[in-house]
Amino acid sequence: MPINILMPALSPTMEKGNLARWLKKEGDKVKSGDVLAEIETDKATMEVEAIDEGVLAKIVVPDGTADVPVNALIGVIASEGEDVGAAAAGAGSSPAPAASAAPKPQEAPAAQAPSAAPAAAPAAAPAAASPGARLFASPLARRLAKDSRVDLARIKGSGPHGRIVERDVKAAIAGGGATAAAPTAAAAPAPAAASAPQGMSDATIRKFFEPGSFEEIPHDSMRKTIARRLVEAKQTIPHFYLTVDCELDALLSLREQINNAAPKDKDGKPAYKVSVNDFVIKALAMSLQRVPDANVTWTEGAMLKHKHSDVGVAVSIPGGLITPVIRKAETKGLSQISNEMKDYAARARARKLKPDEYQGGSSAVSNLGMFGIKNFQAVINPPHATILAVGAGEQRVIVRKGAPEVATVMSVTLSTDHRAVDGALGAELISAFKVLIENPMGMLV
Amino acid sequence: MTTYDVLIIGSGPGGYVTAIRSAQLGLKTAIVEREHLGGICLNWGCIPTKALLRSAEIYHYAQHAQDYGLKIEGKVTFDPAAVVKRSRGVSQQLNGGVAFLLKKNKVDVIWGEATIDKPGQVTVKKPSKPAVQPQNPVPKGTLGEGVYEAKNIIIATGARPRVLPGIEPDGKLIWTYFEAMVPPQFPKSLIVMGSGAIGIEFASFYRTMGCEVTVVEVLPQVLPVEDAEIAALARKRFEKAGIKIMTSTKVVKVEKKADSVVCTLEDDKGAKSQLEADRLISAVGVVGNVENIGLEKLGVKMDRGCIVTDGVGKTNVPGVYAIGDVAGPPMLAHKAEHEGVICVEGIKGLHPHPMDKAMIPGCTYCHPQIASVGLTEAKAKEQGLAVKVGRFNFVGNGKAIALGEPDGMVKTIFDAKSGKLLGAHMVGAEVTELIQGYVVAMNLETTEEELIHAVFPHPTLSEMMHESVLDAYGRVIHS
Repeated sequence: MPINILMPALSPTMEKGNLARWLKKEGDKVKSGDVLAEIETDKATMEVEAIDEGVLAKIVVPDGTADVPVNALIGVIASEGEDVGAAAAGAGSSPAPAASAAPKPQEAPAAQAPSAAPAAAPAAAPAAASPGARLFASPLARRLAKDSRVDLARIKGSGPHGRIVERDVKAAIAGGGATAAAPTAAAAPAPAAASAPQGMSDATIRKFFEPGSFEEIPHDSMRKTIARRLVEAKQTIPHFYLTVDCELDALLSLREQINNAAPKDKDGKPAYKVSVNDFVIKALAMSLQRVPDANVTWTEGAMLKHKHSDVGVAVSIPGGLITPVIRKAETKGLSQISNEMKDYAARARARKLKPDEYQGGSSAVSNLGMFGIKNFQAVINPPHATILAVGAGEQRVIVRKGAPEVATVMSVTLSTDHRAVDGALGAELISAFKVLIENPMGMLV
Repeated sequence: MTTYDVLIIGSGPGGYVTAIRSAQLGLKTAIVEREHLGGICLNWGCIPTKALLRSAEIYHYAQHAQDYGLKIEGKVTFDPAAVVKRSRGVSQQLNGGVAFLLKKNKVDVIWGEATIDKPGQVTVKKPSKPAVQPQNPVPKGTLGEGVYEAKNIIIATGARPRVLPGIEPDGKLIWTYFEAMVPPQFPKSLIVMGSGAIGIEFASFYRTMGCEVTVVEVLPQVLPVEDAEIAALARKRFEKAGIKIMTSTKVVKVEKKADSVVCTLEDDKGAKSQLEADRLISAVGVVGNVENIGLEKLGVKMDRGCIVTDGVGKTNVPGVYAIGDVAGPPMLAHKAEHEGVICVEGIKGLHPHPMDKAMIPGCTYCHPQIASVGLTEAKAKEQGLAVKVGRFNFVGNGKAIALGEPDGMVKTIFDAKSGKLLGAHMVGAEVTELIQGYVVAMNLETTEEELIHAVFPHPTLSEMMHESVLDAYGRVIHS
């Protein structure tokens, strides 16, 4: 019996992915463990392995196909002794095991097409169809959605071929289950969502520019994800911003001492080299512990109050950015944070981060100080409640005890989800942060 | 020794369909049968009774030939032996068909009675009871007694007639469906105890063949699981055909005479009466075949005589599954088939959706036929649902009139709020072939709108399905 190779789900929330390329040709023999193809999601590139032996009878979805839904048939393997032609011809007709192809994360060649992602959990992303695509839903599901003013596009279908059925809509109305994405926009009264501004159409935008005066670069999945998630963040999260200046001189001097004290290996390479950003991560993690009410995530049903400080750190990579998360950062020493960040950054650039390394978290750090940026406001990455935008440390004239004085000062701005963290609470958090940065020995005890 | 991926105990419609699906999935499959391939359904239930009822139907039409402008010279009569022989022939043909399908799919057939020694192992011995006769020849190439290993064991042993104490069938005067299906001659008078599908079908068959038939039902309604309105309409038709019906009445005692039985009946007010007839058919339901399989030793959880499963066939014992009648009601062949397919797909690691029992249709092949799916009007109201009910009578349908079948009704029940089709109930000619339209509609979650928008071919009985929906929304045309 032919074995169907289905589009694997690389993470529980994956909806679709791009088939980057096939590593086997039609007619190639495959054995268990062979890498058949590479799948690119908005987050990473991963390999599809054969778990059965046979001949790759047919490639159904060719190289470079974008947005292939999970569980779609992508190829067919004829098992041993089976007529390859017949297997290919019968592609998709036989209900073969869904498990015949298993994703094997993290071993994709680095040469693979770019793919990575901006930020945290896709669990919070709207689940379903892209605008304008046909939406499959049962008539009853449509009726219930209409009556309850639920946006079907935000519901993940559990029926055949992902069709949205009655139970999906009921779950969305109840605000639970597979449709956890729905609450903010879906269950809320429709007018707000319906009147959300739609951007200009592509055609309208193009008319502003002379044909031939620009080059067209198709969006890769990372770009699409950045666009989608940041629009979602700005439309659904009421942001407000708190800025403070932190004096850095004590921290810089402590940093020097710490780095000078680092043990060196036989090549003279120090065991760690702590950066200012590592202090920032640690300080934010400790602040979240000191102000636990700000270490939260908003959901429609309840506030999720986190026990640990999982701090995301935005890492710029060619073509976009990704936010690996330092878990339980409050429990980790500066050198450990520093080494973890170096590993994350290197693997982020190679697009080798695993989904569980960049999903989740309750706050994040975005540092543009190295570009000389004095101050900026970052966009919150759901499911975080806050994000700290860090500017450059620079010498400024300050007033101390009525007299001008030169100090190294760094401005930081906390973007805050007002649903979860109110003004005074946000102020408490950023004040705690300032105290730690200006009294950095506090981070060593 | 071969270790099977799947071994199925019982080759009824649940078992053999499961075996074929299992083989399709590439699993090494065996099926154990002690008596008849195809089980009760094919040999002693659904199929042979349909053959008998077809004879009765044609006899009925022949008797009414003049209604259609036809003349039959001389008297139309029947030969009981030939009617039974035709019915057995139909069963035999399909029994052979099952053997062929199993062979074609390379399913090993093991002949004998299976006991599960432990998860993973089954011992097959000679049957503990003699086969019901006539028995078709045992298919060629079957395996025999012995110990067999299987990673997954599916119990599909079905059910058998329920026996009321003091009214034990004896095969001569008190019949179950086994004897009622192969009578040496037709009795002149008959009492049918129980008015479910089995009882009513035999009542209908024997009445058409000229027998004096009395149906005794303990509940206040004939066809107790059906919608009350539909059952009342059916009852009128049964009575018009000459069947005597006593509801809210039970048989409390049966006295056997040389060639007849005297039943003592008691109604719900305690009034007793006596009724004599040549034969009594006991059709008071069926009970699961849970004995001699080793379930007690394995510790398989049971409830009211059936094996408890999780919706995809798993019992509480890993590696042991149950499907069909033995896994609980509704005890219907099509339910068993579906459960089996779901079960074996689960074993294969696929992710089948559990079966929605609310969408299993039921059909009774009496005259007139009854077919239904989903909630009755009473059940829907019990659930606190506001309903819209549509009705359409056969008399308003052109095809029904042309067929000479003006009696019957199609009733539909919608959720007033969402337009969800909650149930459909029909009585009348060929309704068992119509119900599937509503079953598909329910499974696709259509609302009244799609049913109203769909084009039904003219002239057909199916137009009544459209009209009934229209009626629920105040738009009926031909009424």
